[in-house]
Amino acid sequence: MTRGWSAGRIARLAVLTAGAAVMLMPFLWGFIASLKPAAEIWSGRITFWPEQMHAVENYTEAFRRAPLGRFLLNGVIVCAGILLFQLLFAIPCAYALSKTRFRGRTLIFGAVLVCLLIPIHVTAIPLYIGFARVGLLNTYAALIAPFTISVFGIFLFRQFFSAIPDDLIAAARVDGFSEWAIVWRVVVPASWPAITAFAIFSVTNHWNDLFWPFIVIQSTDLAPPALGVIYFRRDETGVDFGPMMAATMIVTAPLVVAFLFAQRRFIDGITLSGVKG
Amino acid sequence: MPSDLAALPRLAATSDPVPASPALRRARRVRAVGAALTGWGLSLPAGLLMLAIILIPTLSAAVLAVTDYQLGARSVRFVAGQNFAELWNDRVFWRAFTNTLVYTLMTVPTSVALGLGAALLIESDPLGRTTFRTIYFLPVTALLVAMATVWEFILHPQLGLVNQLLRPLGIIGPDWLSHPDWVLTSLAFIFVWQQTGYNMILFLAGLKAVPSELYQAARVDGADRAIDRFVMVTWPGLAATTLFVVLITTLYSFRVFDTVAALTQGGPANASNVLLYNIYREGFVYLRTGYASAMVLVFLAMILVVVLLQMRASRARGRA
Repeated sequence: MTRGWSAGRIARLAVLTAGAAVMLMPFLWGFIASLKPAAEIWSGRITFWPEQMHAVENYTEAFRRAPLGRFLLNGVIVCAGILLFQLLFAIPCAYALSKTRFRGRTLIFGAVLVCLLIPIHVTAIPLYIGFARVGLLNTYAALIAPFTISVFGIFLFRQFFSAIPDDLIAAARVDGFSEWAIVWRVVVPASWPAITAFAIFSVTNHWNDLFWPFIVIQSTDLAPPALGVIYFRRDETGVDFGPMMAATMIVTAPLVVAFLFAQRRFIDGITLSGVKG
Repeated sequence: MPSDLAALPRLAATSDPVPASPALRRARRVRAVGAALTGWGLSLPAGLLMLAIILIPTLSAAVLAVTDYQLGARSVRFVAGQNFAELWNDRVFWRAFTNTLVYTLMTVPTSVALGLGAALLIESDPLGRTTFRTIYFLPVTALLVAMATVWEFILHPQLGLVNQLLRPLGIIGPDWLSHPDWVLTSLAFIFVWQQTGYNMILFLAGLKAVPSELYQAARVDGADRAIDRFVMVTWPGLAATTLFVVLITTLYSFRVFDTVAALTQGGPANASNVLLYNIYREGFVYLRTGYASAMVLVFLAMILVVVLLQMRASRARGRA
């Protein structure tokens, strides 16, 4: 239905476009600054496209000043490690909570609900003391271990598993599958949408997390991307916006590009915490 | 179905009209024990981890809060409520506490209203729907510390785009991130920039759940203007979503840390010090573990209060 260009439609477009400009501004402005030489950035004039292309210089300088590749690699290692353990522990528990009946089930589910309310910021101090005692501060283990259980994952998978027909599981039992085999060979293959969404939720959360790495990591070699940006900023000798913007573009790019390629899945994954209600 | 383990304990619990034979009862008891073993076997790893990395540390934080423990110290003393008494008189703590609340009062209404507005506008017409949704959601996927660095550049007192745009209008913009009156607002603005797209997506999902027949019914009832239909149908239909979006945004606002750690370190003169940053400083810079743990309990109490309020509100709505 074409309704022509009514005032209302034009107003809608104008408002949404203005909002979109604000949303996009830091991406665009940061990217443009990453292409400019210092003289142009400090000139005090508003110019859009750089008069003199300085991209190569800024990006090589950014890589020279901090191990950006290492930050990204650390991000991948930490996120992959966390996700692997979260799936390994949350899936069987969620299956037990949704598809089996046993004494103590309510106790475990109650614990899950209580744990949902407790963020890492509450447990950080005792966990830090614990890691210090066993000499694991400043290691990948310290970055991964506190997140190996995702109560939110248990909660989510429990909901999703409830929708799997009981007959399917009963049939597998008749076929002589053990409960563990049912989890990994019947339930998991039937739950890929939930697992993908949870994976995106988990990876974006931990890729962006600053609080915990900020506390337990002291060396540049182990810094995930968010902490890497902090190190990069501290290292700054005099304000040099060109390379700094180049560095921010590099660490921001992986998730933004992934989002642009798989939008629907990303939106479902990141807004997962919104399905609780 | 004999293989349906799940149903068995329930069957055993209901008293049968015909008394079961002893053999059958024994078989059921074996089944129930078997079910308990599998159930516990499957959930034990998760259960132990919950205890070890969430529940016990939370209790430990509560215990530390009534001690004078300092990181690395050899001795610990029980000091009862002394840490809380000190908190009561600690002006830096109060500053961080009120800053967190003020920040939340700035961010929650703004990002919820903007998210709702964006969702309604985007949904009202198919033109550009997907494009706008993508653009508004883009900040949610961005690395916050990195984008905060770009905002710092945009808000730079001399070079920044914002002050350069204000200059022709005859306005000398402040140093947004170093001026005590502006710093918290600037940080709140960065949060709203990131959170609006998230809230928009939740509202879009909520809008889809409002039955379209209701809109037709409202038209029949004489709701000709869009605003009437919004008041009659959309707003009541979105009540549950709104409540939830407010809860999530409030909890995220309480957790503000990244932008403070990256851009202001709580300055100038604690004008942007917030609860989590203050906890970090007391606990990990000044190493006053017991004292920081007392603040952690305040933080946890804030979360609980908000969650309880939300539960009461949704229950009241359920009754209405």
